[in-house]
Amino acid sequence: MVGAGGLWHHRSIDTVRSDVPSPPPAPAPDGRRRFRLVRRPADRILAGVAAGLGDELGVDHAVVRLAFVVLSFAGGAGVVAYLVLWLFSSDGTVESSRAAPSDDATSRLLKTGAVALVVGGLLLLLRAAGAWFGDAIVWPVALGALGSAVIWMRAGPDRRTRWTRAATRHPVETVFTGEMSRGRIAIGALCIAGGMAVFLAAHNAFSAAGNVVIAAGVTAVGLSLIAGPGMWRLGRQLAEERRQRIRSEERAEVAAHLHDSVLQSLAMIQRAESAPEMATLARAQERELRAWLYGRPDGQGQDSLSRAVDEAAARIERLHQVRVEAVTVGDRTMDDRLRAMLQACGEAMTNAARHSGADRMSVYVEVEKDAVTAYVRDTGRGFAAANVGGDRRGISESIRGRMERAGGSAEVTSEPGGGTEVKLVLPFTQ
Amino acid sequence: MSDEVRVFLVDDHRLFVSGVRSELGSSFSIVGEAGDAEQAVAGILETSPDVVLLDVHMPGGGGAAVIRTVAPQRPDVRFLALSVSDAAQDVIEVIRAGARGYVTKSIAPDDLAGAIRRVHDGDAVFSPRLAGFVLDAFAGESPPSLDPELDQLTTREREVLRHIARGYAYKEIARQLHISVKTVETHVSAVLRKLQLSNRSELTRWATERRLI
Repeated sequence: MVGAGGLWHHRSIDTVRSDVPSPPPAPAPDGRRRFRLVRRPADRILAGVAAGLGDELGVDHAVVRLAFVVLSFAGGAGVVAYLVLWLFSSDGTVESSRAAPSDDATSRLLKTGAVALVVGGLLLLLRAAGAWFGDAIVWPVALGALGSAVIWMRAGPDRRTRWTRAATRHPVETVFTGEMSRGRIAIGALCIAGGMAVFLAAHNAFSAAGNVVIAAGVTAVGLSLIAGPGMWRLGRQLAEERRQRIRSEERAEVAAHLHDSVLQSLAMIQRAESAPEMATLARAQERELRAWLYGRPDGQGQDSLSRAVDEAAARIERLHQVRVEAVTVGDRTMDDRLRAMLQACGEAMTNAARHSGADRMSVYVEVEKDAVTAYVRDTGRGFAAANVGGDRRGISESIRGRMERAGGSAEVTSEPGGGTEVKLVLPFTQ
Repeated sequence: MSDEVRVFLVDDHRLFVSGVRSELGSSFSIVGEAGDAEQAVAGILETSPDVVLLDVHMPGGGGAAVIRTVAPQRPDVRFLALSVSDAAQDVIEVIRAGARGYVTKSIAPDDLAGAIRRVHDGDAVFSPRLAGFVLDAFAGESPPSLDPELDQLTTREREVLRHIARGYAYKEIARQLHISVKTVETHVSAVLRKLQLSNRSELTRWATERRLI
């Protein structure tokens, strides 16, 4: 057993060194050729005997390897068989890429089944002959190997390659995370073998019940190493794929947005003929981009006063080519009265844009518990209340009228040369 | 009229820097410029300017990092933050790092010149949007704290901030509230101090998110 342990140990080191993922199952030889065992150093884990045998028999390398593992627990028969076959095989480096007609899936399945039956028969034979480490060890290992073989056979070539790659990437990861990894199978088997060695050394017999428990425990550890972490590995794989998908979706969304907005605006700016037109385009784009970068995501706060104020300001900027600095403190969900107030506010902004002569204005809206107050201020030419023109009075009346119908009030302060400020107040009774 | 305030420009947008240079060059002495945080620190330490005009976003660390590195060694250098971003956390970060004010890059050249002078005089400069943000952050009940003074605004300070948000200049605010310009400046400086030192969760949230505390 010590010898076998050493071999297995060597095997795991081999795995670590191997950077080459094992290729998809090699094609089976054609039937007319004489049976000749050729080692496949390119696909080797130990010496390439299992790979060569697999090629000869027309079954997957992994299945052959599992068969050797299982048989090794029947008194080390697998190890002996491996060494014997190694002695009688030839080095296949020279002709490693021999082409052979590939079997169809059914035939390969039949051959694999045959291998399983042969292994099963050998196990029974060896058990009867006494070359046996105990039922608690061999049968679970055999069953685990059978299960692994089924999983391996059913997996597509790309998944196998992925598994193999995962298994050969990193030594520690290989042992604990690689699904179906060679390293883990090797170490699991080592555990089992070690358990058996302890067992034998301590009692020199197979009958002590307590040791069966120990042996079973070690076996369980070995088996869980072989089969258990596959699920964990799979979970991690899925999570990683999901992360990458989300990342690429976000990227696509950003790209789409920039294309629809910024790139379009830049194109329009290049075609714009006058400086004010350029400035307007740039300003509108700036506002839009700012809202997208720092504002609430779409669908959130859609119906809020602060958003409505920003939109009204943007509209005035677009229509009248002035700069509107809008600041909102606090927030509130829009309702009919607030909508009326916002319309009055829009009138005041239009008014300032058209008549003040200033190129910028400030809009300030503050939401308090009992009232919403809005200020629209420009630093333009202003006016004296006495000589207000007819249309101007009309606009101011429409502002006031709207506010009063909504239950609020409006107040216009202005002086010639000192700008104009419209103050709107909408009280809330609650 | 100009007492030749020495200004250092820090911005990674060369186009913007050259624009500001030509706008301010006649009334200020531009002693240097830098395009990233590292250059900025070295340049400021070397030239010891009066006012640093500092971009909030830069390669190699933001404006706040520059302030934190330079301020302990050059306590007399004053910082005015300048940014295209209105994002509250950016503004608060740079203010809490020690900037005396914050303006957006869309500011008119005259206003920028005024802001630089004001910062040079040791006063604070608030954009309407920053004023709005401060009113928002200091709204509501103040949390229980060791220094309640720091965690709420006085009625007068609120009034001054409201006027700034409404687009009034300091001089106009003074006239509206029947106080002197100096008093307005005092109020704004007091607000700046609260903004820098208060533990209100609305302010510290940004800071802790960026691991400033």
